Amino acid sequence: MSAGTVSLSRFQQLMAQNQAARIARRKALNGVMLTLTGLLTVLALIPLFWIVGYVLYKGAAALSIAFFTQLPTPMGIPGGGVRNAIEGTIVITVLACLFAIPPGVLAAFYAARYPNTPLGVAVRFSTDVLSGVPSIVIGLFIYVLVVQPQGHYSALAGGIAVSLLMLPTIVRTTEEMLKLVPHSLREGSLALGAPEWKTSVSVLFPAALSGIITGFLLAISRAAGETAPLLFTALGNERYDIADIVHNGMVQKQGAFTILARIINQPADSLPLTLWKNSQQPFPERIQQSWAAALVLMVLALLINVFARVWVEYRRRKLQG
Amino acid sequence: METRLNSTPPSNWSRRLQKRIGHGDLPWQGLIVIASALVMLIILGIAAFLWRQSSGTITKFGWSFVAPTADPNWDPINDNFQAWPFIYGTILTSVAAMILAVPISLGIAVFVAELCPEWLRTPLNWLVEMLAAIPSVIYGLWGLFVFLPVVTMPVGKVLGNTLGKAPLLSQLFGGPIPESGASRLGAALILSIMVIPTISAVTRDVLLAIPSHQREAALALGATRWEMIWQVLLPYGLSGILGADLIGLGRALGETMAVTMVIGNSLDPSPSLLRPGYTMASVIANEFAEAVSKIHVQALMEVGLALFLITLALNILARLLVWSVARRTPQEVRA
Repeated sequence: MSAGTVSLSRFQQLMAQNQAARIARRKALNGVMLTLTGLLTVLALIPLFWIVGYVLYKGAAALSIAFFTQLPTPMGIPGGGVRNAIEGTIVITVLACLFAIPPGVLAAFYAARYPNTPLGVAVRFSTDVLSGVPSIVIGLFIYVLVVQPQGHYSALAGGIAVSLLMLPTIVRTTEEMLKLVPHSLREGSLALGAPEWKTSVSVLFPAALSGIITGFLLAISRAAGETAPLLFTALGNERYDIADIVHNGMVQKQGAFTILARIINQPADSLPLTLWKNSQQPFPERIQQSWAAALVLMVLALLINVFARVWVEYRRRKLQG
Repeated sequence: METRLNSTPPSNWSRRLQKRIGHGDLPWQGLIVIASALVMLIILGIAAFLWRQSSGTITKFGWSFVAPTADPNWDPINDNFQAWPFIYGTILTSVAAMILAVPISLGIAVFVAELCPEWLRTPLNWLVEMLAAIPSVIYGLWGLFVFLPVVTMPVGKVLGNTLGKAPLLSQLFGGPIPESGASRLGAALILSIMVIPTISAVTRDVLLAIPSHQREAALALGATRWEMIWQVLLPYGLSGILGADLIGLGRALGETMAVTMVIGNSLDPSPSLLRPGYTMASVIANEFAEAVSKIHVQALMEVGLALFLITLALNILARLLVWSVARRTPQEVRA
C-alpha cells in the first residue's frame, strides 16, 4: 500500500519535472522567435538607410545649378545638365495625368457605388491585376498601340504608357476615399432631390477631394520614377528643349496648338531614363549626373510619400472622429 | 388645372426615360460604366496586341520557343530564337529572391501586426513603405556601384567555395563569380530587398484582418504568443499569406531596371547562380530598341507575352487567395 503511494508520487514528481522542462522550452522558443521577428525587421530596414544615405552623399556632391538649367554636353565633355530630362519628365507626367485621372476617377465612382455588381467586382479585380502587370510589358503594349502606327517615338507615347501604370493607384485610392465619406452625406443629398450624378459630383467628390488628390500625388511619384515603360516609347532625347520649340514656333508664327503638338510629338528624355543611360557610360561626369538624378528622384518620391501618409492619417482620424 | 387634365399623359415608359435623362443619371451611369470597362479592356488589349505581334515566332517555333533545352539558341543573325535562357534566369532569380524575402517579410509582418508597441507601428509601416517608394532604377544604380562589390562579391565567393564544392549543388553554385559581382545572385539579392515591402505589407494586412477572438482563444488555452502566432494565426491566414507571396513573386518576375543593371546581361551557358545571365524583362529592355529584323522584334514580343501571361496567372491566383481571407472577415484586405 505504502509502496504504491510512493511510486505514484514519484510518477507525479517526474511528470511535474517533465512539465516544467516543457514550459521552459516553450518559453525559450517563444522568446527566441519573437526576438527573431524584431531582428528581421531591423535587417530589412538596413538597405533603406544604406540607399538613402549613400544617394544623399553621392548626389549632394554632384548636384549643381547647371544640373537643372543646362542641356547635356556631348559625351565625354564635362559640365552640362539634364534640363532636357527635367522638362521631359514634366511633360510625360502631365500627359500621364491627363490620360489616367478622368477614367480612373470615373471607374472609382462605379466601384465605390456598386461594389457588389459583377462589373464592380471585375473593376476592382482588374485594377489589382493591372497593378501587377510588369511595366516593361506596358512599354511593349504602347509601342505596338502608339509608336508603330505613328511611326516615331514620342513624349505622347511615353505619357500614355505611364498613365496605364498610374491608373490602378488612382482607381484604388479614389475608391477608398469615396468609401470613407459618411453615408449620411449621400443620403442627405439624395433626400433633397439631387440626382445620383449631382450627388456624386458636387457632394461626394468635394468631400473626398483632399484624399483623392493624395492618391494622385502617390501615383505621380510612382510615375515620375518609372523607366522601363519609357525605354521604347519616349526613347530619350538629349536635345529636348521646350524653350527652343516654343521660340521656333513663335518665329514661324505657328499657333499654340501646333507648338503643343510639337512638344508632345517628339522623343523626350526623363530623369530616370537619363539616370539609367548615364550609369552605363564610361565617363565619370555622366555617372556623377546619375547620382544627382537619383538624389532628385529619391527626395521627390520620399517627400511625396511622407506628405501623403501624414495627410491620409490626418483625414482618417478627422472623418472617423 | 384645366390644361393638366386636358393634356394627354405620356406613356409610363417614356415618362420614366425622360425623368432619368432629364436628371442626367443615365449619361452619368454610362460614363462610369465605360470608364470601368476601359480598365478591363486594357488587360485584354495587352494580351491581344502582344499575341498578334508575336504571331510570326509563335507559328515558326511553336512550343520549342519556350521549352527547356540544354543547348539554347538566341541568334538574331541566323533568325533562330529560343527563350529558355531568359525564362530560366527569371525563374532562378525570382525563386532565390523569394526564399530570402518570404521569411523576412513574415517576420516583419508578425512583428508589426502582433508584437510591436502601438507607438512603433505607424513609423515602422512608413519606413517599410519608403522602401517601396524608391524608384527601381535607383536600386539598380546603388546595386551596380555599391551592393555588387560590397555584398554580392564576398557572398558569392563564400557560396562558391562552400556550396559550389558540394556534390549536388555544384551546378547551382559553381563557376567563379565575376570580379564586378554582376551575376544572377546580385539580381536575386536586390529583388529580395525590393519585394519585401510588398509581401510584408499584404501579409500584415492579412494578419490584422484575423478576428481577435482567435488570438484570445489561443492565449486562454495557455499558448505562448509564438504558439498563438505559429499554430493559430498563420494557419488561419495561410491563403492570404500565400497570396501575398504570389504578389511579391509577380513583382520579382516582372522587375526590369534594377535587374537589368546588376545581372550582367550575358548569354552565359552555365546554370549557376554565381554567373551573369538575363531575365525575360532584362532581355527586352536591352535588345528591343536595337532589334532590327522583324523576327527579332517578334521574338522579343513573344518573350513579353510569356512574361505577361505568367504574371497575369500569378496575380489572378494571388488576388483570389487574398480576397478569400478578406471575405471571411469584415475588414477588407488589398495590396
